[in-house]
Amino acid sequence: MSLHSANEHQDGFSTLVDHHLHKDMLRFTTAGSVDDGKSTLIGRLLHDSKSVYEDQLASVSKSRVNRSSGPIDFSLLTDGLRAEREQGITIDVAYRYFETPRRKFIIADTPGHEQYTRNMATGASTADLAVILIDATRGVLAQTRRHAYISSLLGIRNIVAAINKMDLLEYREDVFRRLYDDFLALAGQLNLSNVVGIPISALEGGNLVNPTGRMPWYHGPTLLEHLETVPVRAEVHQEAMRFPVQYVVRPDADFRGFAGRVASGTIRPGDAVMALPSQQMTRVRSIVTYDEAAAEAFSPMSVTLTLEDEIDLSRGDMLVTPENPPTVASRIDAMVVWFDAEPLAVGRTYLIKHSVRTSRAKAGAIEYRVNMNTLEQEPARELKMNDIAAVQFEIAKPLFFDPYERNRTTGSFILIDPLTNATVGAAIIRAALPAESSHETDWKTPVSAGEKHLRHGHEPALVLVESRPLLAQYLDRALFAQGFEVALVSGEDVPAGRLADLLPLSQSAGLVLIYSTGAISAEQKRALRLDAVRTFDLTALNLPEDDQGAVSTAVAALQSLRIAEGPADAGEVN
Amino acid sequence: MAYAMQGALQQAVAAELQNPAGFAAPKRLNHLKTLEAESIYILREAVAEFARPVMLYSIGKDSSVMLRLAQKAFFPGKIPFPLLHVDTSYKFPEMIEFRDSYTREIGAELIVHKNQEALDQGANPFALGTQKCCGLLKTKSLLDALNEGGYDAAFGGARRDEEKSRAKERIYSFRDPLGQWDPKNQRPELWNIFNSRLNKGESIRVFPLSNWTELDIWLYIQTENIPIVPLYFAREREVVVRGASIVPIYSQNDLLPGEKSQRISCRMRSLGCMPCTGAIRSEADTLPKIIRELLGFKRSERENRVIDHDEEGSMELKKREGYF
Repeated sequence: MSLHSANEHQDGFSTLVDHHLHKDMLRFTTAGSVDDGKSTLIGRLLHDSKSVYEDQLASVSKSRVNRSSGPIDFSLLTDGLRAEREQGITIDVAYRYFETPRRKFIIADTPGHEQYTRNMATGASTADLAVILIDATRGVLAQTRRHAYISSLLGIRNIVAAINKMDLLEYREDVFRRLYDDFLALAGQLNLSNVVGIPISALEGGNLVNPTGRMPWYHGPTLLEHLETVPVRAEVHQEAMRFPVQYVVRPDADFRGFAGRVASGTIRPGDAVMALPSQQMTRVRSIVTYDEAAAEAFSPMSVTLTLEDEIDLSRGDMLVTPENPPTVASRIDAMVVWFDAEPLAVGRTYLIKHSVRTSRAKAGAIEYRVNMNTLEQEPARELKMNDIAAVQFEIAKPLFFDPYERNRTTGSFILIDPLTNATVGAAIIRAALPAESSHETDWKTPVSAGEKHLRHGHEPALVLVESRPLLAQYLDRALFAQGFEVALVSGEDVPAGRLADLLPLSQSAGLVLIYSTGAISAEQKRALRLDAVRTFDLTALNLPEDDQGAVSTAVAALQSLRIAEGPADAGEVN
Repeated sequence: MAYAMQGALQQAVAAELQNPAGFAAPKRLNHLKTLEAESIYILREAVAEFARPVMLYSIGKDSSVMLRLAQKAFFPGKIPFPLLHVDTSYKFPEMIEFRDSYTREIGAELIVHKNQEALDQGANPFALGTQKCCGLLKTKSLLDALNEGGYDAAFGGARRDEEKSRAKERIYSFRDPLGQWDPKNQRPELWNIFNSRLNKGESIRVFPLSNWTELDIWLYIQTENIPIVPLYFAREREVVVRGASIVPIYSQNDLLPGEKSQRISCRMRSLGCMPCTGAIRSEADTLPKIIRELLGFKRSERENRVIDHDEEGSMELKKREGYF
């Protein structure tokens, strides 16, 4: 702890408390490729700013592992997991807390391996500043570009390009200049402003906390000096008021309060507010807190509001300023960072959690994917882990949102796989898309089967399941969860002989029809004339015995029904 | 407390006056209020989305803060979940006394759970070693209590600044049906959006104090006037000095053969089980003195906790098995 070095008087306890309470807080993230020296840098920052306790330092000193050339491996101060210490890499985001007499800091230390890009995004989502490490012996790499891109995408306004390992290149100015220029060119491409370049040696501590005599040509601040003085992100009080309702507090019949955290703007008793989605108008009666009734509430306060009128309002709804409401739309365009090993599939339905509201959303067309090496846009049919892309979504309930650059809370959402419950992606909202135009303009035009297929995102088909009614039911669920339009029909309700009557209907509606029946002979099958429609005869597929295996095999086979959207992919459609 | 807040108020008024007319004041929540707002948001979010939440109440200073935050989050309503204390039966008598009187005073529902089977078989840290003892009386007892109650979410007062493996933990920490933590497979947690979706048997440990530091906890206790167990305050106590540890003595039976007790002015920096938690020499008998003492500390708060030091990475191992 270094607070005691603050210039407080011996008897000035209230001064001390005040000083602590009113310190600025800077949240920053560190990013760089493997072995760029991130953990060493943070270990050094903590150590040289006297934020490491003696027993913690002692446990590092006596560790069996030491990959540094000095007496203490500073990276061990932060690499908290066994696998990390053993492999010498950082796996997960670690949050570190330290303070100097001038500021408090939260560091999100994030890993460099490409497979942990999701953790880099996690760390960046709450950061005001990013320190991007560049290994002076290796220069700007694909990972550097990825990290710079994610920083830009997630709206981090301040970037430090920390050119590390200067000790290995004789602290040469020309090396620093060249790499800093390379990074500035990248920053220019990404519209990153407020970029500062600092030559450092994490290993020797040069220019981290204290200046080094080895680089007399450098006159800028040390890393810590910069972190202590860079302006902190402006708060969003002046923005339009947004209050997502988190919880309804109703201890008795007389009190009905709406608990939540102010996302932006300021709320005062008497203010006119509009409830979304109902669009009902009312006024704020009071701002209730445990301590006292408050005269105003602003971001990021957590309060409870009471309203003048009994209106329809519950969790997931939002109170907003009527003069400047958010955009309400059910079709949107968002930039997605994909986290999951299972790719994002066009046409699949996911859950999205936007602020405190969860709804279903169907992934529409992928407009483009960003190539991390060239930063150019390229076509894509699916998103693999760590891909970043512009994707259209159709949401079951209209979303109330602001563009991300105006409001991080109302402009972002996460994507959840409805089957595994995993958080599979994160998205920032760019804009609303127009409602599908065909409804308004072409009202006299008959709806073609092709249009229906396009909207479903897949072609229709018949799936024949013999003697395994449970499998049919599981398959119905699995396909439905993946965004297929499915109908399950039992042979008990519709005998095999009558199936032919049903098929034109399911075909024109664009459905995947699962027909579950007892065993039927090859001759009976021929009589059904199934060659007229696209048929998946599961008996012919040699499915595994266990239902789970059988479902995944069948679902995999049915992926060929999907229609790739967008002209860029037209050539690839089978 | 009053004088500290008065200073803050004066500053706020001064800032208001300096602000030129026509511009909205650049308002900023102070640091503790910012942490408080985040914690309240987390508590409400979990209560809104989980079917059966419970709060792990350890009686320590962090639990005291978490409890106050819960009171604030649901005011004027009551705390909408029970408190669960996993009692190893080796807790200090002052802790149990405080637990019973304070929870009664604020009208919270308290559930106390013990691994009676292990206790009947004589589980204690001297016979079993601290690792096995913790495994039986804390981890197993906790998992049993969570299972029996059918809780799908449990609030814990852990902070990320406490220990290296805790620094890696999410605010919503996913646990499999056996209560285990898989540090390599945690759900990404972006912005303040929490994924609370679970399959049957799975659960989430929720840590509303993740971003608080030890200093924040003490300053909050000071500014909010939060009651804490008297063991945190220094006074002369009957103790025995055992190696590097100072162990409070409640009866002559607590002494090992050949030991003699003595009176030393001391206090607890963190609270655990009697055999495994040492006191520190201290004269700090008020909150301001404790805070000043804290600012001068050169050693971490868990240093006096035997369980963290059994071997390198021991906290991570315990957490993987289901420990908080």
